[in-house]
Amino acid sequence: MITLNHYLILSGILFAIGLTGVVRRRNLLMLFFATEIMLNAANIAFAAISSYLHDMSGQMFAFFIIAVAASEVAVGLGLLILLYKKYGTINLDDFTIMKG
Amino acid sequence: MIPFAFYLFAVLITGLFLVAVLSRNVLYAMTSLAAGMVLISGLFFILGADFLGVVQLIVYVGAVMGLYAFAMMFFDVSREVRETRSNPWLVFLLGGGIALMLVVMFAAPIVGDSVKALYPPVAHTTNPQAVGLVLFTKYLLPFEVASVMLLVAMIAGIILAGRKMEISLSAMDEDILPETKENA
Repeated sequence: MITLNHYLILSGILFAIGLTGVVRRRNLLMLFFATEIMLNAANIAFAAISSYLHDMSGQMFAFFIIAVAASEVAVGLGLLILLYKKYGTINLDDFTIMKG
Repeated sequence: MIPFAFYLFAVLITGLFLVAVLSRNVLYAMTSLAAGMVLISGLFFILGADFLGVVQLIVYVGAVMGLYAFAMMFFDVSREVRETRSNPWLVFLLGGGIALMLVVMFAAPIVGDSVKALYPPVAHTTNPQAVGLVLFTKYLLPFEVASVMLLVAMIAGIILAGRKMEISLSAMDEDILPETKENA
């Protein structure tokens, strides 16, 4: 029998994977992938809680998370293309332009 | 049947997302991420959230990953991603510790049984009908705000990516680089 805790543990594992990616990635495109993984983990938790508590609010929040993710990708990729045209790289370590 | 499907999806999603996070090739990472999102929509179908599963398939797998695939044409993704290895075990422990703390923090109210259902699904409706009934009554204002946010994001994406679109980086001679090189 699959309970709510199964889904929450799976969501926690996926969130940890995404967070590990955010910490260890240096390529900006790969960093975006890791944030998508974290958003999807949150979506799984919302859908599972919504299903097990018989409440529609969780699915609503999952929809809004998807909308936020879509707009984040649109703006973020636009900025990424601008960065690549200006500096010729999307590696985070090459953007150390604030020499103190 | 449902436990089998859940464990199959869970193992596959975890493996695919691990590939997406640990792979050094952008193409492998992107395809495994898209496959993992397809399987996540399978989890939504198991949970009875049919409409959410369909939206996940259309928006995430269709639109978002398609946008990433288009954006990859701008970047040089043929070579492997070079990453500075700064003690990966420390990074792993750090990420795991932060995530564990967050999960415990957010799962505490669930364990406490203090969550009450605000909007239970209306009886004798399918899932898309119940979603529409709640979305267009209780969540109408956030829905409109989200639509304005999507419009703003669309305009911002067009303007940001469309600037200097007449300058092609690939079909450019070496001596007529306008101002891209002097800033680098």
